[in-house]
Amino acid sequence: MSMLDQYAPIVSQATVDELKLLARHLEGRRILTINSTAVGGGVAEILNRMVPLCGELGIQIRWDVIKGGEDFFAVTKRIHNALHGKAEPFTEHDREVFRQTTELNLGTMDLDADIVFIHDPQPVGLVNARSRRSDAGWIWRCHIDVSSPQRDVWEFLAESVNHYDAAVFSAPQFGRDLAMPQIMIAPSIDPLSDKNRELTESEIVTVMDRLKVPLDKPIVTQVSRFDRLKDPVGVIQAYKQARQYNDCRLVLAGGGATDDPEGKEVLASVHQAAGDDPDIHILDLPPTANVEINAIQRASTIVLQKSLKEGFGLTVSEALWKGKPVIAGAVGGIPLQITHRYSGILTHTVEGTAFWIKQLLNSPDYARRLGENGREHVRTNFLLTRHLREYLLMFLFLGHEQERVVQLA
Amino acid sequence: MAEAAPFHFSSSVSLTLVTNRRATDLAELASHLREVSGSAIYYHTHHFLVQHQYLSPEPPNDFAHWVTNVLQEDRLGEQLAAIDMIQFRSLNLLRNRIVTMIDAYLEQRRELRTAPPGEEFYFRESVSFIMPTGLVAYDLSEFADSVERIGFGSLAFHFFDARLRLERGENDFSEWLRARGEDALAAAIARLDPYTHTMDGLRKEVVRLVRRRIAEQRMAEPRLEKSA
Repeated sequence: MSMLDQYAPIVSQATVDELKLLARHLEGRRILTINSTAVGGGVAEILNRMVPLCGELGIQIRWDVIKGGEDFFAVTKRIHNALHGKAEPFTEHDREVFRQTTELNLGTMDLDADIVFIHDPQPVGLVNARSRRSDAGWIWRCHIDVSSPQRDVWEFLAESVNHYDAAVFSAPQFGRDLAMPQIMIAPSIDPLSDKNRELTESEIVTVMDRLKVPLDKPIVTQVSRFDRLKDPVGVIQAYKQARQYNDCRLVLAGGGATDDPEGKEVLASVHQAAGDDPDIHILDLPPTANVEINAIQRASTIVLQKSLKEGFGLTVSEALWKGKPVIAGAVGGIPLQITHRYSGILTHTVEGTAFWIKQLLNSPDYARRLGENGREHVRTNFLLTRHLREYLLMFLFLGHEQERVVQLA
Repeated sequence: MAEAAPFHFSSSVSLTLVTNRRATDLAELASHLREVSGSAIYYHTHHFLVQHQYLSPEPPNDFAHWVTNVLQEDRLGEQLAAIDMIQFRSLNLLRNRIVTMIDAYLEQRRELRTAPPGEEFYFRESVSFIMPTGLVAYDLSEFADSVERIGFGSLAFHFFDARLRLERGENDFSEWLRARGEDALAAAIARLDPYTHTMDGLRKEVVRLVRRRIAEQRMAEPRLEKSA
């Protein structure tokens, strides 16, 4: 069975057929996609799945990676933080390192393609080659929340971004003041990956047993890095308020505490807030713990994502896909994933979160309906197949930038 | 029965564009609404239908949803939700109706409620890509079989895009049936309000009406033979 056909039972044959139909309109066009790493990180994860699927659809797609030294990636790490709104120094030397690495890559990369699809800031400057080469269409895909970027850093990048034919952002509030069309394409989850595939009851029980989380009472869970913006201490406060009336456990599962000094501090404050409550389970998991995360989400009665700021917050879709009622902060891309009181609950405060934990624990039928609606919403909007469809449409959009109804022959 | 061309099923899929327009209160919403493209009006009144098809008949359009749930202006939200979309033959007429409704409400209210940070209304636009599916129906039976098989994108195209994006006046199914002399069936399908059905519910209703008509034709045939 082809990879593509494995998605048909999940998303319907009509959805897979639609992809095949769209792909036919891209016949003969050569696509080149470029990012900064072949492994690790969300972008590489998506491309590792997307590129073979495009191949199965008969699309000529090639994936290349830019090369750079430690100094270049130190600069791009700071650019990344600055785009997220964190104050970072950005010197003339940094700009020079960035420009030089771009030039070095331009000298060695084969950019011959009909469509060049660039991801994130690291390779953004490759567009400087377009005037010297063919008239290919260029698209810049920004996976970062650039709603309030550090101004000098954004202006530096915008010099390159303005040479693209289209830019792509994950949520409407990330759009910038740019001359070219800005496309909105949300990220997605892969229903066949270890983090999201179906698990048997015994797989779930085995994992929870290994993690020493008893399944004797309802479990309320938050899965996310130990980061202040995910408000893990707020989660514990909400749990403690709800706990006065409803017996339940709290699982805080995440990572990021080993190589990040700030993460260590947050983890320490989480332990302090938890005190010696035996029903609070704080699990510091490695980034490879995909099956474990899957099992924890599936074993949960309610999943929280009480973020104060969020890029997109795909953990929400992960939990909804498992049919779980989710209570989440109304920030970043979360309101795209949850329609309040239809497919989940949006809250703004610790008190609101505690209130809804109690409500959902006491109204299992309503909680189940939220989970079912959430799962259907994810099926239509946040699975890899929708993401792939929009990438195909984005390629087809080039050359029709002024049209709002495009007839495909 | 009148001779008519076969029905060619098309499908529409859409890509969303971000605009730089956002509203934090009703006055800003109305002001942008006057200026945005028809494609923005189409996006905000139709994407829910495809994206949230399992929820119908609840959230009808983004304006009603935002006004009710973010601004908590329940009365206006209810009015916006109740706009009878099937009445409008163009996106401009629909736009005018929404703007008039908000203006009338604003005249009675002094204080404007503001959206909390992060919950502003961001205007988006829809780009519809229309493509033939390859499915063709030559008679009612093939038509019913095809409607059972087509994706939501195809139903959406023949019900929504055809009427409002291409301004064809009525849905494509009814138009085709009328050309075949099936006036009663055409009218029955035109009377379905696609905005208060889920896509799957709409499909089932169309198939049910067409199959009922096929059964009527079959019932009529032997009687015709006897009388002859």
